[in-house]
Amino acid sequence: MSVDQATVRRIARLARIRISDNEVPKLEGELNHILGWIEMLEEVDTDNVEPMTSVVETSMRLRADEVNDGGYADRVTGNAPASDENFFMVPKVVE
Amino acid sequence: MSDLSKLTIAQARDALSKGQFKAVELAEAYISAMEAARSLNAYIVETPDKARKMAAASDERIARGEAGPLEGIPLGIKDLFATQGIHTQACSHILDQFKPAYESTVTANLWEDGAVMLGKLNMDEFAMGSSNETSYYGPVKNPWRAEGSNADLVPGGSSGGSAAAVAAHICAGATATDTGGSIRQPAAFTGTVGIKPTYGRVSRWGTVAFASSLDQAGPIARDVRDAAILLKSIASVDPKDTTSVDIEVPDYEAVIGNSIKGMKIGIPAEYRMDGMPDDIEALWQKGIDWLRDAGAEIVNISLPHTKYALPAYYIVAPAEASSNLARYDGVRYGLRVPGDDIVSMYENTRAEGFGAEVRRRIMIGTYVLSAGYYDAYYVKAQKVRTLIKQDFETSFADGVDAILTPATPSAAFGIADQDMSSVPVKMYLNDIFTVTVNMAGLPGIAVPAGLDANGLPLGLQLIGRPFDEATLFQIGKVLEDQAGRFEAKNWWS
Repeated sequence: MSVDQATVRRIARLARIRISDNEVPKLEGELNHILGWIEMLEEVDTDNVEPMTSVVETSMRLRADEVNDGGYADRVTGNAPASDENFFMVPKVVE
Repeated sequence: MSDLSKLTIAQARDALSKGQFKAVELAEAYISAMEAARSLNAYIVETPDKARKMAAASDERIARGEAGPLEGIPLGIKDLFATQGIHTQACSHILDQFKPAYESTVTANLWEDGAVMLGKLNMDEFAMGSSNETSYYGPVKNPWRAEGSNADLVPGGSSGGSAAAVAAHICAGATATDTGGSIRQPAAFTGTVGIKPTYGRVSRWGTVAFASSLDQAGPIARDVRDAAILLKSIASVDPKDTTSVDIEVPDYEAVIGNSIKGMKIGIPAEYRMDGMPDDIEALWQKGIDWLRDAGAEIVNISLPHTKYALPAYYIVAPAEASSNLARYDGVRYGLRVPGDDIVSMYENTRAEGFGAEVRRRIMIGTYVLSAGYYDAYYVKAQKVRTLIKQDFETSFADGVDAILTPATPSAAFGIADQDMSSVPVKMYLNDIFTVTVNMAGLPGIAVPAGLDANGLPLGLQLIGRPFDEATLFQIGKVLEDQAGRFEAKNWWS
């Protein structure tokens, strides 16, 4: 499988990364080189093989359903580029 | 280099406990060495005042007879670990000015044991790289140079700052992380010891995430014993990381020096790659001979899916990275680049904040997870991963205690190497011997084993059973005793 320039633009849009027109051909080449190399996996017979879900066999630990952290909104928003009274500030999204 | 910075962690620990010198003197020795080595670019942030305060507190605890296992030992911390109130950016521009309100479990464990922080260490951006050249703060220079050459070499990556700092004696030991080889490859390139523990041995809480099913923190140190001491401290069961495994952390140091007589060491045929340099081939054979001479039984084994580990990794790791790095959106922390609306603000921020390699991997990850491709790529890769793990399980079921392989396909290469940077896949091949271990969740240690024809260090890798790091330290010590120690000549201060 390979990507064309329209697909490169679509992936960048999905990934929320702005790319300029002159970056597109370079990215197309690089992504296709990597995807071409990955195609080696088609040689492997994976019929009847379970996909890995956890690399170490463990059961999920449970804990008591109780609040054990929090109550410091000022620290949570402390690193925000823009915040006001412990709210994150973003550009207007609703007219 | 002052005398105190020549000591290993074990030596410094013993001398401190006997009162031969003060922790503040040890800290001063490392602070001067660190400041004199700025040309290496290993540290991106120095915290000398914090080091002095922590060392003074260590002296008080030593005086009261309350010394911890790492009391007064000065360490460098990879920029991937959250350190409260101190620069933590994973060497990315997108985390501009980020100072966490919390401490990672790994570093909290070290401070609890009395260690002293010297500063934050350079690394590839978000741990994506094998040469430390993707860092927003520029490349790190390897303390090693080829004989008769002044050319700067890379220290490997992503933990390039950690490995260079340990090799240059500008910290006694360092934290590092390994997603595909990021502890073991730089350790091999700098003549240091690095261990990637079993997945789940070390808490990932407070460590900036790259690929969550592969990431594992570990130490880089000057010898096997120091690596064992550090791993004992950083490993823990952590309620804040559900993938940390509830198994007691053994005293790794206790097994060092034990005989390996009767142990079964597997030699995998598939690691003998076409075009492998003679130096690497010869080093591997030397390692085999050393272990046989020490009484181990050498057995040939087969790990048939080895060559598929790297391409499968380049599906799994970017896929997980594209999800993990979605959080860098210019809203909650770090860089924000304005735009006409919220989506263009996201796009502008992420275009400017991420470097080229990180952008490329996010795009690969986004593509392989996108509608219609998930089964063909991600599910396929996870199936291949199952097969890779089964290869190892078969060998271990046959009684193999550990597997010996080369650590890297070459010695350190030059900064801005044209051939290496020509296509991304060339750089990716650096991890060909290490990435299988991450895919299978196993522990792996890189131990310096010799020098190549140009006088550059080369390492051997030992791969162990899950949670059997102790055996790796035990065998690693045998390799170290046979190979001797390797020190870079100081040209930087």
